[in-house]
Amino acid sequence: MSEAVLDSGAAEAPGTQGVVDDWSRDKQVFGVPWGKAMMWIFLLSDTFIFSCFLVGYMMVRISTTDPWPVPSEVFALTLFGTSIPLVLIAIMTFILITSSGTMALAVNMGYRKDRKKTFWLMVATAALGASFVGMQAFEWTKLISEGVRPWGNPFGAAQFGSSFFMITGFHGLHVSAGVIYLLVIAFRVKNGFYEKRGGNYEIVEITGLYWHFVDLVWVFIFAFFYLW
Amino acid sequence: MADDGQQHPLKVYYMIWILLFVVSFFSYMVDYLQFEGMLRWTLILVFMFVKAGFIIAIFMHMTWERLALKLAILGPPVVLLVLIGLMSLEGEYVEGSRLDHYGASTMEPETPGHH
Repeated sequence: MSEAVLDSGAAEAPGTQGVVDDWSRDKQVFGVPWGKAMMWIFLLSDTFIFSCFLVGYMMVRISTTDPWPVPSEVFALTLFGTSIPLVLIAIMTFILITSSGTMALAVNMGYRKDRKKTFWLMVATAALGASFVGMQAFEWTKLISEGVRPWGNPFGAAQFGSSFFMITGFHGLHVSAGVIYLLVIAFRVKNGFYEKRGGNYEIVEITGLYWHFVDLVWVFIFAFFYLW
Repeated sequence: MADDGQQHPLKVYYMIWILLFVVSFFSYMVDYLQFEGMLRWTLILVFMFVKAGFIIAIFMHMTWERLALKLAILGPPVVLLVLIGLMSLEGEYVEGSRLDHYGASTMEPETPGHH
């Protein structure tokens, strides 16, 4: 039955006529598996949560009369005797992009029903995600030891700490949840869980949507919090 | 286009992957080369939107979805522009009244990394 519903989308018009058709015909509006539509809608709501954090950060940064700490200096690391600005954040950014790439490949291999490659690519994605969280823990530890607190810090405006811990903390929580999610789905792929359910691997794409979203949010955090 | 999944040639993914690395490198360079003012903000935003676009369009397969889904997901976030606009106005106003009532900041922050 659900196949018939999905197939009816095959012959439909593209563009705006397609939008009218999709909404007015007696069928599912979105011609995608329900799990995927729901994941998209969840991500939409998550977009609003992260936007509220970022807009709140913008508001406190505009309204404070104290100088804002210079992220380039606060997040600098001394490597081999020289201070490199923002280097840990740059490494974290590259790790997350690498993990997005392995995830995209995992989705592709999933649709090819190559279970072994899908499993290992998802495990690699999870490992990269875990190393990202590890680096974030290191960064938090460093800032806390330097006296950065949600209510104040030695480098400038007090609001810096609360914005930093809220935004990166909430994002780190998403990454951690994503690592668990990835591992659960990866092992199900490996164990043949989805073979018993008709060999359908769109779940890998749904997991991928979540993971890419986490990377997407980091793009905005990187731009607005670390670079601005 | 029946939904037989999102099956695309691997080449597309490799290309976007490389481009994401390149653009991220550029945005890091904005900081490393210490660009200031309008140039800095413009470059940050351009690189950010390019990266976000690649991730949503290709990695999340939005390019290949039907318009109904695109509009349902990408349309609503546009209202955030109103929130951003209102909050930046409000932020300027709050800063102004703080300056009027409390005067300029007398804080002397430490420079990071000198412990």
